[in-house]
Amino acid sequence: MRETFIRCLNIEKFAFVYKNCNFLGLLYTNYINKTTNYMFRKFIALEWKAFFRSSAFASNMVLKVFMIIGAIYFTGMFLLLGFGSYHIIKDATDEDPLLLVNRYMIYYLVSDLLVRLFLQKIPIINIRPLLTLPIKRGTIVNFALAKTAISFFNVIHSFFFIPFSIILLVEGYDPLHVVFWHLGILSLIYVNNFLNILLNNKDGLFVGFIVFLSIAAGLQYYEVFDITEYTGIFFQGMYTTAYTFILPLAALVAVWISCFRYFRSHLYLDTGLSRKQKDVSTEDYTWLNRYGILGTFLKNDIKLIRRNKRSKTTVIMSVVFLFYGLFFFTGMLEMYDNSFMHMFAAIFITGGFLFTFGQFVPSWDSAYYPLMMSQNIQYREYISSKWWLIVIGTVASTLLASFYLYFGVNIYLMILAAGIYNIGVNSHLVLLGGAYIKTPIDLASSKQAFGDKKAFNVKTMLLSLPKMLIPMALYSIGQLIGNNWGVILVIIAGVAGFAFRNSVFSMIEKIYKTEKYKTLASYKQKN
Amino acid sequence: MIQVQNLKKAYNGVTVLNIENLEIPKGESFGLVGNNGAGKTTFFSLLLDLIEPSNGYITSNNIKVNESEAWKPFTSAFIDESFLIGYLTPEEYFYFIGELRGLNKADVDVLLAKHEDFFNGEILQRKKYLRDLSKGNQKKVGIIAALIGNPEVIILDEPFANLDPTTQFRLKKIIKELAEDPQVTILVSSHDLAHTIEVSNRIVALQHGEVVKDIKTSEETLKELEAFFAV
Repeated sequence: MRETFIRCLNIEKFAFVYKNCNFLGLLYTNYINKTTNYMFRKFIALEWKAFFRSSAFASNMVLKVFMIIGAIYFTGMFLLLGFGSYHIIKDATDEDPLLLVNRYMIYYLVSDLLVRLFLQKIPIINIRPLLTLPIKRGTIVNFALAKTAISFFNVIHSFFFIPFSIILLVEGYDPLHVVFWHLGILSLIYVNNFLNILLNNKDGLFVGFIVFLSIAAGLQYYEVFDITEYTGIFFQGMYTTAYTFILPLAALVAVWISCFRYFRSHLYLDTGLSRKQKDVSTEDYTWLNRYGILGTFLKNDIKLIRRNKRSKTTVIMSVVFLFYGLFFFTGMLEMYDNSFMHMFAAIFITGGFLFTFGQFVPSWDSAYYPLMMSQNIQYREYISSKWWLIVIGTVASTLLASFYLYFGVNIYLMILAAGIYNIGVNSHLVLLGGAYIKTPIDLASSKQAFGDKKAFNVKTMLLSLPKMLIPMALYSIGQLIGNNWGVILVIIAGVAGFAFRNSVFSMIEKIYKTEKYKTLASYKQKN
Repeated sequence: MIQVQNLKKAYNGVTVLNIENLEIPKGESFGLVGNNGAGKTTFFSLLLDLIEPSNGYITSNNIKVNESEAWKPFTSAFIDESFLIGYLTPEEYFYFIGELRGLNKADVDVLLAKHEDFFNGEILQRKKYLRDLSKGNQKKVGIIAALIGNPEVIILDEPFANLDPTTQFRLKKIIKELAEDPQVTILVSSHDLAHTIEVSNRIVALQHGEVVKDIKTSEETLKELEAFFAV
């Protein structure tokens, strides 16, 4: 007590001396300014370590390779378009290419925002430990914001706009005005970047933008109202006038400032850095009691799905998968319009939940796996409850897919057959595959790095491939034999799958047992 | 009840636990003390078969824990928050554990009512998920959940840490009551020598993974242990 008091006194004294000694104060501010730069370098070093030392780094190598390949592909496409589109448009339409690009710019920007909302991560640096260190809050926020500027989602656009601008210059457009235009567009891209940060975590918006896009495109297509006629004037104005481009620049400054203010004012443990808490209620689901231990697990799994953002996303994804078939059955794309690919679609339509949820059993329970492993639980009951959940999900998807009857009875029968195959064969395969996946799932950190919708996993998709190829092959072979034989073969395979149910369950049980210690150890290391 | 035979756990050649022989008879209240890294949690994890022994084995009620699962019905534990299910409310969690141990809602309610004091009005009907409770309150939930279903072996790792003084006092009362039951073997670990001595009738001190003290609790125990750890 006395000690603390003395310490307090000392601080008082220090503050007094500090306040009254302007020279020292000046020195101190100077020091802080110099350290800002230094701090930035420190932060970058921290980021670097966070990236390379994360336990997910090594295990997600495959994923990273795919992401890099994807990035190279998109970069290439944008470059090609950047250099080529001027002449392509000129040859095809005889219009002024810049005018045309400007007309459709609104769609470009809204889609960009849409893609960002879905894929771009919001900037989280490990802020908590920094708060009490002698670093200005502004520096932390500015670093977090500046970090997003070099994101792939911003850089990619330059691969289109820089070559496009160069071609414009080559073709004799006024250089100064091309620069104005380019600056304006670049600002708008960055406005999107910061809008994404501000709008993140507002789920309704995503749907809102999709609705806006489809309505605008629909109205334009049916020539009711053409939004591009009005927005095009603005974008073209950035080229024709010397002042319009200032608007997006000003907007950029405005969103930066509001982002900065927002984060700065939320940089407290009890506001921005804490999770929002809502009152929740205890739910019993007593109707599941009659199923004994199976019911107990099902109850838990239903709560798991309903109460965690990460798992809710899987349900949303499986609804999205429902509509995947539209690409195939509407004859939209010719290469998809054959029986082989139709079966592929049918498996996906009915198996959305199966693939997105099933692949991660038992990782869904990773946060409390030690409890599951020391409680009075039989593996068989645990596995079969997950299996039932997958079956319920698949049946629901199959029922919801009834609207495909619109495309004819044959298509519908195919979907039914795929549903049976999913329940009979794939439900087991997916659990078998999941037993080897030891990536812990962080249910709670939905809004952070590896949380929610950003956690869509390529690895999962890869493991899914064999589960589709077999029914696709069976169906194609059947179609060669005769009408409806494809459907019959797939159904037979599905029903046959049930026969192996017990032995597959025993296999999974064995894997769970032999992999138990490894699984426990890897679940322990969170990101 | 619990027998340890030549138990050894090593990571990359570094031995973190090495107990040649240790026997914990039925009904004993067993206290485990030691500094950080002494091997307390490692020992409990081995006892619950959460990690694999490098050598030797533990039997619980004559069941080798790393070979059979038959010890699970009569064993319960609270080691850390990985024994809690974050997205459940405390009530749901208690009922879930209860159902796994063959108790219905009413049975669990009786137990919860008995420990109302311990909860101090901060747990039940608070309309919060476990993940949103404070560390101390999470601990309260974990400890009481470990008592559900009349387990014969109860393992509590650092139960006193993060608890407020009043709750520590109440917890000691609960553990002492359990210790009086000749059917219940209770294992408690702690950094706090005084707490452990108060609730246990036998204390084992670990250092660098080895048993360095094994004493029946008496008047002098605290002095003896304090002398040992005051280096």
